[in-house]
Amino acid sequence: MTNQYEPVIGLEVHVQLKTESKIFCSCPTQFGAEPNQNTCPVCLGLPGSLPVLNERVLELGIKVGLALGCQISSKIKFDRKNYFYPDLPKAYQISQYDMPVASKGSLAVEVKQDNNEFIQKKIGITRAHLEEDAGKLLHEGVRDGSWVDYNRAGVPLLEIVSEPDLRSPEEAFQYLVSLKAILQYLDVSDCNMEEGSLRCDANVSIRKKGETKFGTKVEIKNMNSFRAVQKALAYEIKRQTEAVENGEKISQETRLWNESKGQTFSMRSKEYAHDYRYFPEPDLVPFTVSTARIEELRKSLPELPKARIERFHKEYGLSEYDAYVLVSDKELGDYFESTVCEKVSPKLASNWIQSEFLALVNKDGIEIKEAPIKPKAFAGLLKLIEDNTVSGKIAKDIFPQMWATGASAESIVKEQGLVQVTDTKLLEEIADRVIKSNQKTVDEIRSGKPQAIGFLVGQVMKETKGKANPKLINEILERKLASLGHGKA
Amino acid sequence: MPQKININQIAELARLSLKPNEQAKLSKDLEEILAYVDQLQELKTDNVQPTSHVLPIENVFRKDSSQPSDIGDAVLKHAPKSEGKFFKVPKIIEGA
Amino acid sequence: MELYQLTLKQAQELLAKNPGRKSELITALSNRLKNVDPKIKAYINFDSKRIESQKNEKAKGLLAGVPISIKDNIVTQDWETTCASKILKGFIPPYDATVVRKLREAGALIFGKCNMDEFAFGSSCETSCFGPTHNPWNLDYVPGGSSGGSAAAVASDIAIAALGSDTGGSIRQPASFCGVVGLKPTYGRVSRYGLVAFGSSLDQIGPITKTVEDSAMMMNVLAGHDERDSTSANVPVPDYTTFLSKDVKGLKIGLPKEYFVKGLDPEVEKAVRQAVKVFQDLGATCIEVNFPHMKYAVAVYYIVAVAEASSNLGRFDGVEYGFRHESANLRDMYFETRDQGFGAEAKRRILLGTFVLSAGYYDAYYLKGLKVRTLIKQDFDQAFQKVDLILGPTAPTPPFKIGEKMNDPLSMYLSDIYTISANLAGVPAMSLPCGFSANGLPIGMQLTAKPFDEGTIFRAASAYEATAKWHEKHPKL
Repeated sequence: MTNQYEPVIGLEVHVQLKTESKIFCSCPTQFGAEPNQNTCPVCLGLPGSLPVLNERVLELGIKVGLALGCQISSKIKFDRKNYFYPDLPKAYQISQYDMPVASKGSLAVEVKQDNNEFIQKKIGITRAHLEEDAGKLLHEGVRDGSWVDYNRAGVPLLEIVSEPDLRSPEEAFQYLVSLKAILQYLDVSDCNMEEGSLRCDANVSIRKKGETKFGTKVEIKNMNSFRAVQKALAYEIKRQTEAVENGEKISQETRLWNESKGQTFSMRSKEYAHDYRYFPEPDLVPFTVSTARIEELRKSLPELPKARIERFHKEYGLSEYDAYVLVSDKELGDYFESTVCEKVSPKLASNWIQSEFLALVNKDGIEIKEAPIKPKAFAGLLKLIEDNTVSGKIAKDIFPQMWATGASAESIVKEQGLVQVTDTKLLEEIADRVIKSNQKTVDEIRSGKPQAIGFLVGQVMKETKGKANPKLINEILERKLASLGHGKA
Repeated sequence: MPQKININQIAELARLSLKPNEQAKLSKDLEEILAYVDQLQELKTDNVQPTSHVLPIENVFRKDSSQPSDIGDAVLKHAPKSEGKFFKVPKIIEGA
Repeated sequence: MELYQLTLKQAQELLAKNPGRKSELITALSNRLKNVDPKIKAYINFDSKRIESQKNEKAKGLLAGVPISIKDNIVTQDWETTCASKILKGFIPPYDATVVRKLREAGALIFGKCNMDEFAFGSSCETSCFGPTHNPWNLDYVPGGSSGGSAAAVASDIAIAALGSDTGGSIRQPASFCGVVGLKPTYGRVSRYGLVAFGSSLDQIGPITKTVEDSAMMMNVLAGHDERDSTSANVPVPDYTTFLSKDVKGLKIGLPKEYFVKGLDPEVEKAVRQAVKVFQDLGATCIEVNFPHMKYAVAVYYIVAVAEASSNLGRFDGVEYGFRHESANLRDMYFETRDQGFGAEAKRRILLGTFVLSAGYYDAYYLKGLKVRTLIKQDFDQAFQKVDLILGPTAPTPPFKIGEKMNDPLSMYLSDIYTISANLAGVPAMSLPCGFSANGLPIGMQLTAKPFDEGTIFRAASAYEATAKWHEKHPKL
């Protein structure tokens, strides 16, 4: 059963820009204030109020545009998008219609192939534009109506629109991961979907493979995490495919993702509900951005994920995949580099971070920066492995203890006497004993079952209470068995 | 270009509910006014730039610093309906 | 002379010498209001207790102790501001407009809120939800609009001076109809912060006063850059009173030939041509100029201004402030609140504005309007290369009777024919009295200057006023 249809996906991401004050007034943007306290005549849309643009908002918009390889518009203006909703105080949103701050960029996304290899795919960025956020409506627990809180009204947003270049839910997920990484590196947003500082709407249609025309697109809203976006797209593609295969037409509509039901549901909307009657905002003057200013901002960009991946690959000898994983989350990349600064092997650090470290981070559901083991302490443990003081296996026991108690690796090793046994003489003695008392296994090894040596290794380990270096034990046993003169080791 | 106005569609966009006699009169008024403004079509303006702003002002900014304004409570006090620190609106059903 | 008959200049001088007479002046005005306003209905809001409490404020500044009246579309902190609309009844602004703050800082007292056409939509002050204001010269006639209340108050001495707003002539036309001085400053000269927006790219706040000198004194306080208004010009403010030289020798005045056409009332034309002669006798040169696109001004205005207005009035939805029609659901609340809250003219303009911006019509109407606006502005630029001022009638007729034009919106719109272009081009313009009709109603003339050249207007107006002395005539009340 081959699937003759391919999905066509475009994503619209709204990013709240991290400024001190709102986009058009000096109200604080900080999260968590009492309802309607971070407000003033401007963001409440009181009669007579007027907007004035926050210079840092334009700056951040340009920086993101540059990081996404966009052309930065030298002439910028704002427009009014008119519609009615209680969270929109003026009944229009000040946004950008035909002269957005940035356009025609791209984002590199790592896409996993069927053979588990990764290739890089370039996803086009149509545009990025600035606009003001709306207030918040609360429905839960409100009797006979809804509550409105305008603290969020006027918070600056950057809307980033991708070309419909994505071809699978997994690609969409990776696009969001890559985009978030760039935004984190620029430090322009908290990028937190649960808190609402990053929001995503998706547009998806399907068409027969090989077809160049687009099918009818459906807009999906209400996805609260990157995984939700992936799941919603997967569901919607399946729904559309089944519909088309049944001869049904896809209607152009907006559908909401229902996380608990795992389905999208149609939002019935009136035919002409979306005539936004855009026109240039008369209360804001036009803006000109000089080439010099754009270059100044370009020079001020920090090292971005792409460059950092290349550097990790070259400087630390990491595989491109490992570099990609570490770099994708800026804090993870920072953690890695701080660890390596303590002079431990990058490969070792990379492996441990991706396995043991991330396992505990995910288990506790915390952020990287909240991890109780700081890079210096972490490096301390890794050094003990590197100089053979402990085996890798023992280190894996020490690590969670460090996590839970905050104790250093050295102190745990000392307290519990975990120093690896490397005394070859002692090991030789134990090896001799083990060989002697396990004749049956020795015979098995010699008669063509070399893997049974693992049992002997285990026995030696038992006698050393796990503190011997298994590699060393293996070497010794193999040597001894070989010198017994029969069979292969 | 005489315009036939779909007054109901425009009223819907503007959130105005018009009574039947109002609809007829307003339709007529609008058609008359639009017939009058149609004279602008006499002018050739293909190479004319539109004027959105009469003054040659550009690049007016504010610094990114926050200043609380403390008027939230005053506005809530005089709001048509409020509950605690929130503005209250009636139930939102589809097509609002 | 009664205290309420004082000009701003006289009141300011009196109070500078005798600050203690502040209360006397307020009392005189308040009594005048009680006697005369029931007939004129210039005020929406007058609160003697509130004035009392301001009286005791220490006042120093250019307008120390002088009471000023404010058109009710300019927000005043803690004082209801309605724009003469049902939909804003109960709106108590938590902040002052910048111009109100400036007046207060100059020591002025806010005397009361003046009646107007609802949301400034009108040229007769008849669309107010509180009922019309009456022309002090003949109560059966309109005072003009939309700042009809402000102009009538000044003309009948129930205000020493007042603020109005002007989007298409709303200061100048009522000033003309009431026989007082009204100035629309250059766009951006005076802050719009706190002016309830109608046509954002056209609106300006300006003074309505008894004399030209009073107007200059007011402008000294009102004008200036405001960082809260992005469209406010960062141009230094001169002392406008230094332009009151009364000397027009060598001044070049242009008379647009397009002004003197069919539709101009013969009495108005006569009065204006007599004013031309006065200027010539005083040493100015008057030459004909061309404004080929003037006839399109009203059409452009009724696309561009109403489009902006339809968007600006979206916020009146019953959610945060003002009137709300309580309903079971949001949709009904929106529709009922706006239907009941807005008057007929407001609805007409909102619908028209919504239409010209709607999908498929934007290019043909709104964009076209903005392009013709450029042509109109160019007409002014070209004229000002030849002349220093433009002179003409303010309104095509003397004041008309209350109710006369209410059923003919287009006819009402055409009464703005001379004033509208100044808003479209952003240039300053003043109306001052230049005569009376045979039945005793005021006629005004309009002086228009280059952007930020209010000085030349003051120069010419002061010269004319000193000779013609129309301001010495007062309505019998």
